[in-house]
Formats: sequence, structure tokens, C-alpha cells
Amino acid sequence: MSVLTNITLKVWRQDGPDGQGRFESHQVPEISEEASLLEMLDIVNERLVEEGREAIVFDHDCREGICGTCSLMIDGQAHGPTKGAATCQVHMRVFSSGDEIVLEPWRADGFPLVKDLMVDRSAFDRIVEAGGFITSPTGGAPDANLIPIPKPVSDASMDAAACIGCGACVAACPNGAASLFTSAKLAHLNLLPQGQSEREKRTEAMVEMMDDHFGSCTNHGECESACPKEISIDNIALMNSDYLTSKFKNRKKLAR
Amino acid sequence: MSTNAPITLDSKIPEGPLADKWQNFIANEKLVNPANKRKFKVIIVGTGLAGASAAATLGELGYQVEAFTFHDSPRRAHSIAAQGGINAAKNYQGDGDSIHRLFYDTIKGGDFRSREANVHRLAEVSVDIIDQMVAQGVPFAREYGGLLDNRSFGGAQVSRTFYARGQTGQQLLLGAYQQMARQIGLGNVKLWNRMEMVDVVNIDGRCAGIVCRDLMTGEFSSHAAHAVVLATGGYGNAFFLSTNAMACNVTAAWRAHRRGAAFANPCYTQIHPTCIPQADDFQSKLTLMSESLRNDGRIWVPTNPDESRSAADIPDDDRDYYLERIYPSFGNLAPRDVSSRAAKRMVDNGQGVGPLKNGVYLDFADAIDRLGEQTIRERYGNLFDMYERITGENPYNEPMRIYPASHYTMGGIWVDYELMTTVPGLYAAGEANFSDHGANRLGASALMQGLSDGYFVLPYTISNYLAQWLNKPIPDETHDEFLKIESENRDRFKQYMSIGGTRGPDYFHRELGRIIWDYCGMDRNEAGLDKALSEIPALHAEFKKDLKVTGGDTSINQTLEKAGRVDDFFELGLLMCKDALVREESCGGHFRSEHQTDDGEALRNDDDFAHVTAWEWSGDAEAPIEHREPLNYEEVEFQTRSYK
Ligand SMILES: Cc1cc2nc3c(=O)[nH]c(=O)nc-3n(C[C@H](O)[C@H](O)[C@H](O)COP(=O)(O)OP(=O)(O)OC[C@H]3O[C@@H](n4cnc5c(N)ncnc54)[C@H](O)[C@@H]3O)c2cc1C
Ligand code: FES
Repeated sequence: MSVLTNITLKVWRQDGPDGQGRFESHQVPEISEEASLLEMLDIVNERLVEEGREAIVFDHDCREGICGTCSLMIDGQAHGPTKGAATCQVHMRVFSSGDEIVLEPWRADGFPLVKDLMVDRSAFDRIVEAGGFITSPTGGAPDANLIPIPKPVSDASMDAAACIGCGACVAACPNGAASLFTSAKLAHLNLLPQGQSEREKRTEAMVEMMDDHFGSCTNHGECESACPKEISIDNIALMNSDYLTSKFKNRKKLAR
Repeated sequence: MSTNAPITLDSKIPEGPLADKWQNFIANEKLVNPANKRKFKVIIVGTGLAGASAAATLGELGYQVEAFTFHDSPRRAHSIAAQGGINAAKNYQGDGDSIHRLFYDTIKGGDFRSREANVHRLAEVSVDIIDQMVAQGVPFAREYGGLLDNRSFGGAQVSRTFYARGQTGQQLLLGAYQQMARQIGLGNVKLWNRMEMVDVVNIDGRCAGIVCRDLMTGEFSSHAAHAVVLATGGYGNAFFLSTNAMACNVTAAWRAHRRGAAFANPCYTQIHPTCIPQADDFQSKLTLMSESLRNDGRIWVPTNPDESRSAADIPDDDRDYYLERIYPSFGNLAPRDVSSRAAKRMVDNGQGVGPLKNGVYLDFADAIDRLGEQTIRERYGNLFDMYERITGENPYNEPMRIYPASHYTMGGIWVDYELMTTVPGLYAAGEANFSDHGANRLGASALMQGLSDGYFVLPYTISNYLAQWLNKPIPDETHDEFLKIESENRDRFKQYMSIGGTRGPDYFHRELGRIIWDYCGMDRNEAGLDKALSEIPALHAEFKKDLKVTGGDTSINQTLEKAGRVDDFFELGLLMCKDALVREESCGGHFRSEHQTDDGEALRNDDDFAHVTAWEWSGDAEAPIEHREPLNYEEVEFQTRSYK
């Protein structure tokens, strides 16, 4: 088992949303390359507490890349250097002895900072509450095999549904746009037969809620490369076309 | 001394033949009419599968629902991490499945330590769950013809497991969360995120509400309701290292226990056989490798404890495929508890593999020869990638290393048939209760139980209680009892801050976990449990003297959150050991080495232990009061589980 030595962490510390932020340096003399980056932070935090200093606040939970809670800019990259992985899946073996690692929070207007490395991503919940569901009261559902769904359709829906809601797409976007997240949520439901009745209403409501909280998309494509689940940017095209269709139809209805 | 009301265990199982009980209950329960539902406030703590599905359904029915989670969003609940799938007796594959078979498998899998009536109901509603989840857009795996695909999971003899790639829990949770989100948007459910429930308040012999701590501001607040549901997950993190998410904890359940909710079978914990072994002492969390890998992987260790060759260089003659050898009919698919114990024996015997000799091989070489690497990649590609990312080893070229880890807790808050705890008006759902899995849970059955409780059971049973309180005022948050309990908790958290010792809460959690793992893990015995029962209070005393929490208590402080949770794990740990000590038999996940057959298999004692042990809080963590609920089997006969 090899050990990395002499790692320097430059960590963003900020007391609260209105506080002045600053970088703080922490030395990690030795760390096993088996450790994950967040395990290293755990160790640093335990030491800080023992020294009487306040632990670094960061979000995390499942530590297996599925809950979407972790969120760090690692050396300027959302979720760091490991492709198709969340921050909690970044292991120290991707770094080398003597490295300096810079850790910052997601920075986006839609995600106000809470403290240190933690931000508030509840605007994502508002987007889902606006329309990210299929209305289906409990108990009223027909037999699950009544509507066959072609495998490619169900697979494409699943590809979009794999989104973990971490917000890396927003953090990576120069405009702080949430198009990849919103479009993934939309594609998940809009591609399925069950999702058709509410397709237009859903699209309008979610896109408009998104616009209330986040910047606008100018097709940089940074979101796709930052996404730990490699969600495709094609979903954005689908969202845009669905949005136009719904608007158009609604205008026709109004004109009538 | 505890001031709680004395406990009686009344399981309230409905009349009639087993298969009719649930329908009989529905036919006879008291209802609340639609216009009156909005007069009732129901608090749901926890927004995982059980909580989110309950909140969505109760909100939709018209109750005023308030849902609490310590997460930033309901979508983060630990349910999200479930990989393998969800069972349902749909018999879509026409392979002989039925409600009765799922019922029987669950009772047998639970080693005849669960309540028949509950398990039968679970099997009945399992079919509705799949309909419901598909209707709300869960993209389950499908066949080319467009129908739903199923697989056999965890050694079941039928294919009844529905799945969404390796992300079934994620897709189910998103489904339930979206239904709840809809109700939030409609104003029927109010969501309180980053709010931790720290206590339960009872007034006049029934549950009146909860006290919470706002994790963002450190403020305490009271919340009154007609009924409270705890859907707060399991306590597997008592072991410190487990496959549970880092924040999973027992606080909600434990605080309810201290206020009068009996805690059942705490020693029934599930140790999952296929996790990545610990890599070093500072590891914070273990990772599960899906059990589905056992369908194609072969498990072995070198015969010689001093083996130094790499896996590929060890010829077949020098390998012990011990599961295939000991359990020829189930082989590598032997149930979780059996496989875990077998792995432990190999490692204890010095035959472990890997740098720390703390694992066994899970080898795909034969499967790759037989099916080709491409097929294996299609089946398990994402799991192989995950393994490689964590260990730096490529499982296509060398066998995986696996070892058992704490994964699930069958024990939990005691509930009756209606999911009500021993405190009237306080309910428990999902992994937080003890209800359906007996001494061992079958793979893909926890998701089923969580959704069954939340979507299909609670919405019926809760009206049976609420009906009697129609138009009767309930105590509000200014009641003395709320104020008193709020201030007790304020003091408790102030106390953690002010100890000013030398060690953070993680240190104590790690040490506590080590004790519980060593003496109340896969193999338990009287001497070890006695030792744990003296070491845990000593460590807890040290915690109370030497804990150090830095930072303030008016903004987010994760060290302080952790301190409160670890404090509760101590008392729970004691109860786990106590429970394991009095259960003088081996059953399911509970293996007492004094009680085994000549060939090392679990030896159950149905004459003396066919009961649920439900513990009452006495006011002294070291002297809990034992109660027993006898398990009367009408339908099934006791059998010895055999997988040979
Ligand atoms: C890695 C892994 C894989 C698994 N795979 C499978 C599988 O394939 N099939 C299967 O059937 N089961 C599986 N399980 C088990 C299953 O996932 C869980 O048992 C189940 O999801 C638990 O759901 P729940 O709703 O009861 O609780 P959780 O999902 O744990 O939710 C608990 C909720 O309670 C909240 N909460 C807790 N305490 C408090 C408090 N004090 N105050 C406020 N909120 C609180 C949390 O915020 C959260 O919202 C797996 C488990 C693990 C660990
Ligand atoms: S901690 Fe769950 S995705 Fe990283």
C-alpha cells in the first residue's frame, strides 16, 4: 500500500452567506493512496477539532456517488479530475506526493453559500415541485405490464433519470444555468408513455421555475463534461423543443 | 426513573384466516371523511422511501402533513443507495411465484422470527407497489418486447425482483420524492429540510408532537400534531463502519424509545457478505458490491494460510471454494447470514486475502471464460468500474476481494399490526421499525417494505386512530410539556459544547463501533457480550468527560450534530448487546457460538425463543425492562433452514 506525502490543502473558509471568504492552508504529511479525498478531509477535521479549531463544513452522505450530496470544486473542476465520478469517489491515488489541492464550494447565484464548502441547492427542489412528477394518486394505478414500453425508450428515460441532483452542471456553467439538471428531469418523464398527458404543462412549469432561479444557457457544454453521471447535453435540445411546442400550443389556445 | 406509562404489547392482529386479515382490517377500520381529513395534522419524520411515500399519500388524501428531514433535500435519503432491486409477487415470469410463496420465503428467510400477519400483508401489497411505481414513471428494466424484466436475487428460486440498472433505490426514491414534491407544490405537505428531530413529546398518554433542532441556525422548536410517523431508517452505523450513508443514525428512534416506545430485537442486524474490505484504520465508510455479483462470481480462499502467490497463480487444487463445498445446493448463492459467517471463519482461520488478509476472493475468471468479457461487462460493468475506482485493481484481470459489513438492521421500534408504537399516536415505518424481516432480511425486500408501509399501510391504519380525535383540541406548542422538553434538549446540546475534553465525536464513534463489531457482530458469545456490556458504559463515561466539540451553536456545526448522534449510539449499543445476551439461541443474523450444530450451523430454539423481545426504557440504559411478544404461527410450520 503506498502512501502520499506532503499534500497541501487550500480550503475555502467562509463563516456564512455574508461573511468574507478566504483560503486556509492545511498540511497533510501522510495519507494512504487508498483513502478517498473526503476521508482525508475527515482526518483533517478530526485533527482540527482536537486542536480546538472549527471543522471544515462540507456536504456529503452516501460516499458512493449516488445521493448527490457531495459538492466540491477540486482544483477548479466540479467533482475533480476523475471522469464520471462525484467528489466522494475521488481517491487519493489520482494525486501525487507534494501536490497542492484547492477545494472550493460550488459557486453560482442559484446556490447561495451556507458555510465553508457547503451551499444551498434547494432551488432544485423548487423546480421539481413545479412539475417534475406524473400525477398518479396512490392506489389507482393499472397493472404495471398494461403499457409495454419499448426497451430503447425506457433505457433513454433511465439515462436521464440517473441524474443525482448534485448541481455540478450549474457549478461548471459560466452562466450558472441549470439546463442540464432540468432537462434531465424532464427527459426522464417526457420520454415515457405515462408522462405524455402532462408533458407540456410540466415542461413550461419547470423551465419557468428554472429561469426564476438560475442563469440562462448559452450552450457552453461545460455541464456535460462535469456531470458525474455523464448525462447527455442532448436532453437540453429536447427540453428546448418541448418548451417551444408547449408555448406555441398555449398561444394558439389563447388566440382562440 | 422513567416517567413513561407502563408498556403492554398488543399486536392488534385482525380476526380471520391469514389471507383475509388485511381485507378484514380495511373493511372494519374507522375512517375519517374527506372533508374532515384537513382537520388533522400528521408529522412525518424522515423522507426516505417510507417517509416520502407516506407524506405523498397522506397529503393527497387531504391531511395536513409536515415532513421533516435532516438532509438538504428529500432526494438524499439513504434509500437512494439501494442497488439491487425490489421484490414483488407479480409472477410475470410464470415461474411459480405467488403471494403465498413470497410470504413463505420471507418468513423462512427471517428464520421464523417475524409476525405472520404482517408478512402476509407485505406480500399482498407488493404487487400494488410495482403498479404504483410504474405509473409514476420509474424506469424499471424491460425486455425487448417492452414488458418488465425480472431477476432472481439473493438466492430466491423465482425471478421476482424488479430493478432499474444498479440504481433501483435511486429510481424508487425519486418516484416517491416526486409524488411528495407534487403535494408540496400543491400546499398539502410542508417540508422542513435540514431539521433534525431530537425528541418526542407525549401529553396525556399519547404522542403530541416533536422537538427539532434546525441544523442551519441551531434553534430548537416544537411541532404539535395529532399523530407522528417516524420513518427515520436503520441503525447500522452503530458499528461505525457500515455500508449505510454517513449520516444514518438512531437518534429519532432512540429518543422515541426513551419516551416510551419499546425497541424490538435490537440484536438482529444484517451483515452483508459482499462489501469491499477495509483498507486502513482511518476509513470512514464501507462500500457494498451488489449481491447480484454472486450469480456469476465464485468465492474462494487459498487452502494454505501462508499462501503468497497471486490469485491467478494459485492452481485449483490449492483453492477452497468453501461455499460450493459446504453448501453444494446453494453454493455461492447461500443466504447473506450464512455466507457472511463462512467468510469470517475463513479469515479468522488465516486464509484471508489482500494486503491486510481481511477478505475473500470473488472470482469472475470462470464466468469470463464461459460467457466472454463482453457479457460480464454488460451485466456488471458499472460495479466493476466502481470496484476499480475504490481499490485500484481491475476485476476483469484479478478477482475482487470482498468481506462482510454491517448493512441493514432488522430490529427497530416495536410496532403493532397498524404500525403504531407502544406510544398511542406515534408510528414507525420502513427500516426504523422491526416489523417484517424477523431475524434476517431477504435481498430486495427492504425497499418493498418501506414502500408498502408508506403507500399502502399507514394511509389506512392512521385513520383508525385519528377518527376518535375529530373536533377535539390537541395541545399546542405552548403547552408546558413542549417547553420543558425543548429546554431539556437545549441543555443537552449546550452540554456537548461545554465539556471541553480532548477528542471529537468521531473518535468515540470509531471506538464504540469496534466494540460492537467485535462482540456483537457476526459471532457472539456470552463472555464477549459481557465484556461489551462493561466496556460500552466505560467508553460512554469517557465520552461525557472527554468529548470536544468546537465551533458555535448558532450556525451549522457538523461536529455538534455528530456528538448528539454518537451519544445515542452508545445507549443503543448497550441494548444490542443486552438483547444478544438474553437471546440464547442462534437465528438469522444473530449467531451465538454456544448455540450451533456439530457442523457449525445456527441452532435455533423454538421452544424458548419464538418471540419478539421488546425492551422498555427504564430510565437507566444499563437496566432495560424486557417484554415478550409470542409469535404464534397459524399457517407455517417451523423448519430448520438448510442450504446444503
Ligand atoms: C448500500 C445499500 C444497498 C441496499 N440495497 C437494497 C436493495 O437492493 N434492495 C432492498 O430492498 N434494500 C436495499 N437496501 C436497504 C434499503 O435501502 C433501506 O433499508 C431502505 O431504503 C430504508 O428506507 P427508509 O425509508 O426506511 O429510510 P432512509 O431511506 O434511511 O430514510 C431515513 C430518512 O429519515 C431522515 N431522518 C433520520 N433521522 C432523522 C431525524 N432525527 N430528524 C429528521 N430526519 C431524520 C433522513 O433524513 C431520511 O430522510 C440497501 C441498503 C444499503 C445500505
Ligand atoms: S456523497 Fe453521495 S454522491 Fe457523493
